[in-house]
Amino acid sequence: MTETSDLSPRQQRLRRVSTSEVGMHTLPEAVPPAGSDDEAQYGMAGDARGQLATVARRFIHSPMAVIGLCTFFGLAVAAILTEMFWTYSYTSITNTLNAPPSLAHPMGTNSIGGDVFAQAMHGTLQDIEIALVVAVLATFIGATVGAIAGFYRGTTDTALMRFVDLILVIPVLAILIVLAHIVAKQASNWLWLAIIIGAVSWTYVARLVRADFLSLRERDFVEASRALGASNRRIIVRHMLPNALGPIIVNATITVALSIVLESTLSYIGLGIQPPNVSLGLLVDQGQDSATTEWWLFVFPVVILVVLILSIFFIGDGLREALDPKKNRVRA
Amino acid sequence: MLAYILRRLVISIFVLFLATILVFLLVAESGDPLALLRANPKIPHRVILARENLLHLNDPLYQRYWIWFSHAIHGDFGNTVAGQAVRPQLVSHLLVTLRMVILATLISIVLALAVGVYAALRQGKVADHVATVTNFLFLAAPVFVVGLLLKEFVAIPINEHLNRIVFYTNGEQSPTLSGSFFSRLPDYAAHTALPTITLILVSYSSWAIYQRASILETLDSDHVRLARAKGISPRRVLMRHVFRNALIPVTTVIALDFAAILGGALITEIVFGWQGLGIWFLNGVNGLDINITLAYLLVTATFVILFNLLADIIYAFLDPRIRYD
Repeated sequence: MTETSDLSPRQQRLRRVSTSEVGMHTLPEAVPPAGSDDEAQYGMAGDARGQLATVARRFIHSPMAVIGLCTFFGLAVAAILTEMFWTYSYTSITNTLNAPPSLAHPMGTNSIGGDVFAQAMHGTLQDIEIALVVAVLATFIGATVGAIAGFYRGTTDTALMRFVDLILVIPVLAILIVLAHIVAKQASNWLWLAIIIGAVSWTYVARLVRADFLSLRERDFVEASRALGASNRRIIVRHMLPNALGPIIVNATITVALSIVLESTLSYIGLGIQPPNVSLGLLVDQGQDSATTEWWLFVFPVVILVVLILSIFFIGDGLREALDPKKNRVRA
Repeated sequence: MLAYILRRLVISIFVLFLATILVFLLVAESGDPLALLRANPKIPHRVILARENLLHLNDPLYQRYWIWFSHAIHGDFGNTVAGQAVRPQLVSHLLVTLRMVILATLISIVLALAVGVYAALRQGKVADHVATVTNFLFLAAPVFVVGLLLKEFVAIPINEHLNRIVFYTNGEQSPTLSGSFFSRLPDYAAHTALPTITLILVSYSSWAIYQRASILETLDSDHVRLARAKGISPRRVLMRHVFRNALIPVTTVIALDFAAILGGALITEIVFGWQGLGIWFLNGVNGLDINITLAYLLVTATFVILFNLLADIIYAFLDPRIRYD
């Protein structure tokens, strides 16, 4: 962080506002007074880069987070490479039935001769795809609902939050079972699965963003932008949302992990991914009866599934630590 | 306090009412529950007509909802698609699920507090790392994975090794079970152990992680530093100043997680073949049975709401600063 002592009190105040927020972001354009000749000195872009670097540095210093990040990208890259270059695809059927792991089939084959390695890697890719769609969807819906509820308060807030309660009082899995049953008849497409999981996963983000917005809307910088004539929409999108970005990012990461849990659970009970497509949950389901005899059908998918989810949790935990404003916050 | 609780109850009942409408529409619009009966040429037409009448399938939607609603507030949840009363089924399945859920919740709370506190007090030492990694492992493992691993790689080897059944892996009790309650107890225990352990392992982990963080934060606070500076014995500082404050956030988390425990119980029941509420609900949804689905929804949601209220009350009890008004 740059020294701020040589700035005027007014400038110091502005900088304090921008740096004391939850990591990551600083205030965009509206903070420097219009026409001010030292706009460059406020260095908003530089400031943001500085904070990003701080966050990245703190992230890298946490060993678990780095291990998580490497494992996650390792699995994702391995899955993509397998999809492109591996001898067998997840649909191929070979003449070797129920073979234990060997060089030709690193994870063995199943009872109809399918290559478990190709299937497990395709399942991993499928799970990651679904989880990313869910995270984007849930974060978008959650942030929008939370921002509107927290900003406008009153009746809008009450109505939206009652709707959130509606989803929170029923076990998520129960809602998903009902939704999956309805969607299963429309199409057994993975995108539908992602959409319904997204439809129940946004409530936590919404509550989080709402709580942040309730306190942010009382801040001076919001008042300042309003005095400058900014519209509500602009205040929400350009000024308040960036300040709530830290918790939103952490939560999006956790959502990725939780949606893999939900997806594999649904696939396990037969309401998720349908054959011939595969996901890790489906493979565990298919392998469970032979867990002690043809162990490779069960153990490999289980291990990959747990490692995948665990790596994302570690990334999330590392991000939380790195973005935590209470930890060696840069004081103005 | 009382006014606050009453207001919360009224809002919750309103939310519950909306939830039933939503689920009613979802299930009612998703298909014909009698499709299987109709497809069977051996079933006479009048039987189907009688079933349609029993389930009010030919009435308009709002009327069907009203019929369900006016009966439900008197504790009558209607009939299943197969033509039996819902309520006796609901009660028997609920009792099976509660056997596992109550035990698992209580043990999880104790375990989570113990592990969380121990890890926090040994921060940075081997015990802390072991506890934290284990916690994260159980946090990451989906319920069915933990259940299946326990079943295939713990219970079955133990049973084979000892040459007798210590852990039953299927069902909530032996089908031939009879006799007095106390003579049935060992059979219940042998059936309940594995599912309960599964549910404990998947529930305690996130609470333990939270409890650890909460203790560490309290240890770092000014009032604890002051208490130490005053010369209060370390033991007393821990008991009076740290634990009491560190317990406050955890109670809320535990109570809010109750819906997740019920969801976890659903999967555990599937893995271990328990005839509990979850399997009953799953079969109900698969059979497009509105009355079963709504009964499950009402019961679970009521439990969740009551737990949330309980959390608020405990919260106020633990933290005298909190005023509800």
